[in-house]
Parts: sequence; structure tokens; C-alpha cells
Amino acid sequence: MITAIAAIAGLALVFGLVLGYAAVRFRREADPVADQVDALLPQTQCGQCGFAGCRPYAEAIAAGEADINLCPPGGQATMRSLADLLDREPKPLAPEHGVEKPRLVAVIDEDVCIGCTLCIQACPVDAILGAGKQMHTVIASECTGCELCLPPCPVDCIDMVPEPVTLKSWRWPKPGEFVFAAADAGRTSPPAAAAPRKEPVPSSEAEG
Amino acid sequence: MKELALILVSTVLVNNFVLVRFLGLCPFMGVSRKLQTAAGMALATTFVLTFSSVCSYLVQAWLLAPLGLEYLRTISFILVIAAVVQFTEMIVRRTSPLLYQVLGIYLPLITTNCAVLGVALLNVQESHGFLQSMVYGFGAAVGFSLVLVMFAGVRERVAAADVPAPFRGASIALITAGLMSLAFLGFAGLVKG
Repeated sequence: MITAIAAIAGLALVFGLVLGYAAVRFRREADPVADQVDALLPQTQCGQCGFAGCRPYAEAIAAGEADINLCPPGGQATMRSLADLLDREPKPLAPEHGVEKPRLVAVIDEDVCIGCTLCIQACPVDAILGAGKQMHTVIASECTGCELCLPPCPVDCIDMVPEPVTLKSWRWPKPGEFVFAAADAGRTSPPAAAAPRKEPVPSSEAEG
Repeated sequence: MKELALILVSTVLVNNFVLVRFLGLCPFMGVSRKLQTAAGMALATTFVLTFSSVCSYLVQAWLLAPLGLEYLRTISFILVIAAVVQFTEMIVRRTSPLLYQVLGIYLPLITTNCAVLGVALLNVQESHGFLQSMVYGFGAAVGFSLVLVMFAGVRERVAAADVPAPFRGASIALITAGLMSLAFLGFAGLVKG
């Protein structure tokens, strides 16, 4: 009786020790760094960084395989907070991945739209509503402004417009913001040709 | 050497654990819907079966037999198998998170795969040695893998086929398994004596 109990207990103890050792030896780190980086990224899932989405980019940053300046939607602010988090040198955004611009939303010119659904397939956040041969429209509150719907559109009926100012989104301009915006507007025109993506027309409403 | 080869052929084809001895039917039915999952399950089970076969032989030979505790065989073998499965789970999780996700609940369920316990108990019953136990476990695992992957291939075809309504789902799967079992019984003539 005693031997039986001792044998089973000993067996269990041995296995417990082996498994405990294995748990330490084969621990899979849930990479908390990637989580923190992911939380800082803008979650536009636009792929401008060259990765499939924000999460893969965050994992690449955490693994030290990607630079921190590849995210145009996040812009300087994101790059700076990433530099703080990871204790790396801040550096300007890499121009080959696109330029920083004010937050835009896509708007479909519904008279021109032919209902091809190509933009629906391209949208990473399912912000476009519509069906085959039916007019499509963009749910502005879901749109992240990633511009992924622009290239597939065969009739170029999608415009990127600045986010409409509502009671909820209005705020006092930050000090120097007007100066910055004016300087930026003057600056964006020449390098626009270098940027791979179609530059948004700031006054697209006027253009019709 | 000849004996080991014989054990291998016997467990893989002639006395196939799934289709001839009807052990381990739960994963055979549960994980055979997709070829990829079936292949992953087959790999994991192969590792667990071989390893647990060896481990349970060691427990039997070094612990239970010298102390005269043969009546504790089943419970201690279950303990061995559970530990080996847990160990495998850790390794799979570490080496291939994708496979870990694909296998999901089925990985811990290898614990209750009756083929695993069956192999361990049959090793004792047929008084196999260390090497024989290993080959027996490995053969059983290869047979299980072979049948599981083949069955998954068939089921992928069946899923796209026009099956009469009363036979859809589990019924056609069981009929398919039965036909495969009949085919495997044909291997009984492979080895004489």
C-alpha cells in the first residue's frame, strides 16, 4: 500500500519536475514589446510600411527587423513615441513609404461609381458599403484614410477629403499649427511627384 | 532485426490500430476533415505514441515490475501519457504556433486517444523489450498517420461530392471508414504464421 502510494507520488513528482523544467525551457514569450508597439500604431492597416498591417509591422519593430520611421499615417508623432518606447534615435519619416498628411477620409463620387466592388475588396477595415452593380459608399466613421481603395477603382471615383469637422472632432488649433500647416501646404507640392501614391487634392470639393 | 521489421509491418498494415483494432477512432473521425490538420495531428500523435510507448515501458520495467505493482499499470500509464502530451504541447507551441492553433483542442485530446494507452498496455501484454516497444509504438503511430491522412484525403473529396441527403455528414464518413477498414483487413494475408 505504502509502496504503491510512494511509487505513484514519485512518478507524478518526476513528471512534474520534467514538465516544470520544460515550461521554463520552452517558454514562448508573448512578446509584450510588440503589443506596446502595436498600441502606438494608428491601426489604419494601410500597408504603407511594407507589412501586411499594423500588427505585423509592430512585430517586426519589436524583433528589430524594421525601422520605426515607416508609418506615414502615424507621422512624426508616432515615430517619436516609438523612439521613446524603444529608446532609439528619432529619425525623419522615410519618404519612400509616403508622406505624412492630415487625416483624410475617402468619399465615393456616387454618380460615377459603377458598382464594381473592387474597392470593397481592397478596404482593410470594411468601411465601404455596396454590392455588385450597386452604388457604393464609404462609412466615414470607419474609414482610416489608408487610400488602399484608390488604385483598384477603375473609374477614379474615390476622393480623399479632409475629415469633416464636427462638434465632436473640433478642437482649438495647437500653437503654431497654422504656420505648420501653411508651410506644409507649400512644401507638399514639389515632393508630391516623388511620392508613389496619388496626392490628395486639398480642395477636392471645389474641383467637384 | 527481422523481428523488428515484422513488428513494423504488422502494426502499420496488418494490425493497423485504427482500421483493424478499432482504437483511436475519435481523432480519426474528429481531425480528418482537412488534410493539413490531419497531417499535423498525425505528426503530433506519432511523436506522442513513440515517446509514450518507450516511457511506459521504462515505468513498467523499472518501477512497476520490481515493486510488484502491476495492478497500478493503467493509472501510471495514463500519468505517463498525460505528461508526454503536455510536453509535446509545449514543444509544438514553441516551434510552430501555427500548428498549435490548427490542432487546437485536439492536441490535449491525444491524452485520451485510446490507441496511445492501447499500445502501452499491449507492449506489456506481449512482453516487448525496449527496442520492440519503441518500434511497436512507432509502427502504430505510422499506421495511424497513414490511415488518418488517407481518410482526410477521401473526406475532402466526399465533401465536394453529391452525397444522397440521408448519408450526408457523419454517416458517409463512417461508411467510408468501414470500407477502408475492409480494405485494410485484406492485409491480413500479407504475413503468414
